[in-house]
Amino acid sequence: MGEPWGPHDVGGQAGGPVDTSEHETAHWEWQIDAMVRLALKKGLISDFAELRDGIEKLTPDDYARCSYYERWAKSLAYALVSRGVISEEALADRVAAVRARQQAQGTA
Amino acid sequence: MTAPMFAVGQRVRIADRTPPVHHRVPSYAKGRVGVIERICGLHGEPEKFIRGDGEPKQRIYRVRVAQDALWTDYEGIARDKLEIEIFEHWLETVE
Repeated sequence: MGEPWGPHDVGGQAGGPVDTSEHETAHWEWQIDAMVRLALKKGLISDFAELRDGIEKLTPDDYARCSYYERWAKSLAYALVSRGVISEEALADRVAAVRARQQAQGTA
Repeated sequence: MTAPMFAVGQRVRIADRTPPVHHRVPSYAKGRVGVIERICGLHGEPEKFIRGDGEPKQRIYRVRVAQDALWTDYEGIARDKLEIEIFEHWLETVE
């Protein structure tokens, strides 16, 4: 038994009941999936291993709070910013623009 | 490509180390001893994909570990096994 690495490394621990209910994939989740595959195809990130590395470096709180595709989104944003593909400012501007649009549409 | 370092049936230990990057060995399997069940082929090294291309590729082995060697107070039957795929650079010879 070695040292655990990251909040995902929980094999053998009690996990509680498993939620097996079906749920629809939201449109934004398909969008995150598409962006990850596009980033891989274009060589902007190297492999799913890079995405997993970012997910495993989430704090335990963030890891527990985030859904599957929220983790993907956080990790992809981290990879693209840290590789210099997009700037933190550009990302923040875009997030603010989307929030403003959602508020205007009453969908926030 | 180099020849396999381990042969089917050989006893091996899964390395007990924790590099601070994504790696594909769960902590519960680290340091455990098992037997090579089969040689599975080659794949890019996960630790080298973080900012690279994963090269050189590493050989993957399916390693069979007794469940009662993994878990204290294991309640299943004695012949229960875990089969887990482990990269060559994570395996050590057992004397």
